[in-house]
Amino acid sequence: MGALVALFVREVRLARRIGGGGAMGVVFFLILVTITPFAIGPDLNLLSRIGPAILWIAALLASLLGLDRLFQSDHEDGSLDLLRMTDTPLELIVAVKCLAHWTATGLPLVIAAPLFGLMLALDGPALGGVAASLLVGTPALTFIGAIGAALTVSLRRGGLLMAVLILPFTVPVLIFGVSAAGAASGGTVPFWTPFLALCALTLGAMALAPFAAAAALRGEG
Amino acid sequence: MSAHIFSRALALRADSLALARGGRTLAGDLSFRLTAGEALVVTGPNGAGKSTLLRVLAGLLEPAAGTARLEGAGEDDEIAPRAHYIAHAEAQKSALTVTENLEFWAQTLGAAGGMAPREALAQFALAHAADLPVGYLSAGQRRRAGLARLLVAPRPVWLLDEPATALDAASQRRLAEAMAAHLTSGGLIVAATHVPLGLEGARELQLGAAS
Repeated sequence: MGALVALFVREVRLARRIGGGGAMGVVFFLILVTITPFAIGPDLNLLSRIGPAILWIAALLASLLGLDRLFQSDHEDGSLDLLRMTDTPLELIVAVKCLAHWTATGLPLVIAAPLFGLMLALDGPALGGVAASLLVGTPALTFIGAIGAALTVSLRRGGLLMAVLILPFTVPVLIFGVSAAGAASGGTVPFWTPFLALCALTLGAMALAPFAAAAALRGEG
Repeated sequence: MSAHIFSRALALRADSLALARGGRTLAGDLSFRLTAGEALVVTGPNGAGKSTLLRVLAGLLEPAAGTARLEGAGEDDEIAPRAHYIAHAEAQKSALTVTENLEFWAQTLGAAGGMAPREALAQFALAHAADLPVGYLSAGQRRRAGLARLLVAPRPVWLLDEPATALDAASQRRLAEAMAAHLTSGGLIVAATHVPLGLEGARELQLGAAS
């Protein structure tokens, strides 16, 4: 247990230091949200209707940033070898690294989303819906991404390949995330239906992805 | 130097190990038994399989055939959780300080009975750099910071892959002292090297040229 806490602290600390890229996700998120009105024009009704979808796509792309380095930097500097030589199962190490990565990069997106939503003319319930759906949905993106990060761990330019590999698997998360966020501000679907499906996707990803990612890392030798 | 005493019952045993990398067989039918306090120096030309042997012993690679295990270690006889592995990469994060790196490895590898990070760094004459980010260190200093890991987390088996790389003469002597102390306290060392490490009475395993 102490080892896992130490790993979590190290990961968060690294993400916050220079070059760690912890804050880059939020900046990228802000830029994506900012350029959207320039692309589709200042129609407030249109913006508020597609706002939740824009926020979700922006969060999806922003959460991909830095994910390719999740295991790669530890692979390059030999840390991964040593982590594999502890009593702690590799699956738990993967899970803790994912949780730390989400805390450093996903959680800031969740916190920033309601603020950025104001720029897309979202109303109160919609802002709450987006934030709630991102809060339970983004961990699934990190855990699914961990599989891609583990598969491309030894490729020097693996970032794009990782994105191509995992984006199709994030489609269900995107569907239920956007539909929960949209349902919060009215509509025909009750909020809890897509929201609970989103929760289930996240729990499933958290339970299964560490095994897949650990298997990929072990195969690397 | 090292106060920790390891069980005298420990023995590292390899039974007809065969090494392969990328589908190519490097060495076959390696058998040896290393008891507490013994060192094995692995020599051979580049590509002979020295690093592969160490990675197999560390449990990071599957051997092509045969087994390697640690006798006398209790029910499960895995080597990995009882071994240190020093490789070409130092397993240090350049954004963290030397002490932060060492503390992390001490907590992760199990530090019961080990030295404090500062004390271990002093053994390799690096105490003055304890609070510097690793990114500022030279190659030799990084290597010494990596070697200090051996002392903060006591583990009976040391698997050393070219441990003297980038070390100056004084540091090589300190490394030799650390290895001697480890053997005295009942540790085991398997070292792959091209240069003499100053290990007295070490057994030698010569791996052949790559074919």
